[in-house]
Amino acid sequence: MRALVLLLLLSFSPSVTFAQQPEPQQPKQTDEFVPISQLPPQDQLPAAPLLVIAYAFVWLVLFAYVVSVSRRLAKVQHEVQRLESDIAKRA
Amino acid sequence: MIRTAWLVLKKDLTVEVRSLEIAYTTLFFAISCVLFFAFALVKEGKAPEDGAAGILWIAIAFGGTLALGRTFERERQSETLRALLMAPAARPAIYVGKLLGIVALLVAAEIVLVPLVAFLFQAPLLSHPFWLSAVLLTGTIGFAAVGTLFSAMLVRARSRDVLLPVLLYPITVPVIIAGVRATAALLQPDVELALVRFWVALLIALDAVFVTLALWTFEPLMTD
Amino acid sequence: MPKWFLPLVAVAAVMFAASPFLIANAPYEATMGLVQKIFYYHLPSAWVFLLSAIVCGIASARFLFGGSPRQDRLAYAAAELTVLFGAIVLVTGPLWARKAWGVWWQWDVRLTSSLMGWMVAWAYLLVRKYGGPGSDKLAAGLALFGMANVPFVYISVNYWRTIHPATSVVPTLPVDMGLALWFAVACFLLLFVLLLRLRVYLEEQRARLDALYLSLDE
Repeated sequence: MRALVLLLLLSFSPSVTFAQQPEPQQPKQTDEFVPISQLPPQDQLPAAPLLVIAYAFVWLVLFAYVVSVSRRLAKVQHEVQRLESDIAKRA
Repeated sequence: MIRTAWLVLKKDLTVEVRSLEIAYTTLFFAISCVLFFAFALVKEGKAPEDGAAGILWIAIAFGGTLALGRTFERERQSETLRALLMAPAARPAIYVGKLLGIVALLVAAEIVLVPLVAFLFQAPLLSHPFWLSAVLLTGTIGFAAVGTLFSAMLVRARSRDVLLPVLLYPITVPVIIAGVRATAALLQPDVELALVRFWVALLIALDAVFVTLALWTFEPLMTD
Repeated sequence: MPKWFLPLVAVAAVMFAASPFLIANAPYEATMGLVQKIFYYHLPSAWVFLLSAIVCGIASARFLFGGSPRQDRLAYAAAELTVLFGAIVLVTGPLWARKAWGVWWQWDVRLTSSLMGWMVAWAYLLVRKYGGPGSDKLAAGLALFGMANVPFVYISVNYWRTIHPATSVVPTLPVDMGLALWFAVACFLLLFVLLLRLRVYLEEQRARLDALYLSLDE
């Protein structure tokens, strides 16, 4: 019952707000298309983000690779040490 | 050496003709490929342009992969490959024999596939039979040359079914591209024979490189 | 690790840190402007990508025909570096292309064959990892075919109609662009040698581990 009342009130509120707001300004309707040969600079695709991403990618990927190799190396060396101490213990 | 290759080929054909298992399954699979593409790509009863060339070669590639896998699986099961390698036969000759067998199988499949694709995609594939045969033959040899080598190598490997496409497809991309471009050129209303000749020449060059590399590496790759 | 390793790492680090300054000082290109500066990292990594594929191929051939495990380790390391530098090429290229050509990707000869060569290197790594016994020879065979692709990738751009710049760009570079480029090339080559040595060291340690396991079984 309470939910129904709430729903009714909610459905009234948009119509109230619309009634209070003034009519929004419509842009002037286009009646002809004007061609140009070159896009103005502010609309062209910006080059700087592409450049930054490219260089950042290179450094990141190289760094990630070095980290990957180091991690694998540490794991293998750890294992080698463990085995060598096992063998030494048995000897 | 030619005699050895011929003997290997004859053996393969004899075994195959008895049951025709690989021939039928490969053919059926290739036909289903073509139909799949037909269902997926045809819009309002019309096929995409250049679609016929691409679909034909994809069906050949997929069917060929299946055939390669099945042929060497059969060898593996009866341990005949080891027997072949132990025989006092030149290794490259064994490779050539196997290669010719695969090519024969694929050509047989293509004889059925070409009319089917022409029919389903309304493509005038049979308008220049000589050039189409040249394109199909050189392309098939290129694909099979690499495929035979890799399947033979994979016989004793783990996950061999998955690894064959992984190894084969990147290497055979130039062959497939050349085959598709040549076939597409043949399907144009006014055929530029010079363009077709160019692609066939490229295919022949690729075949030469691949077969030479395969002959050179077959021996060390097959020895333990 | 050999004595020259750490000092050269320091040299490489300094060179890489210096490279952006040289690149920033290089003149802009007439039609492509700022985005063309990706070239100074894109081209050296492409050269290292191809070089790595060749190193892998030669090492694989020597392994197949000579059986030396050292060559096998070198081939494995080179294949991994081929994937690494190939990834750099295939990401920096499209980033440049998006502005210069208007599209991220084009199925022309240069791009298609490079992508193909990259996939062959990936296939090498997959075979080594999941192929089971005998996969070292399998992968070596694959690497030989991959190496055959390299000259094709390089010259393709001169003989096919493609939007990718031709190989004549580098010899005809103006001096100040050339300086930035060759410095970057030196950076990447040094980096390649260092990474290769590091990666081979990892393989050597793995081999040592395997030998230890084997001696434990006895």
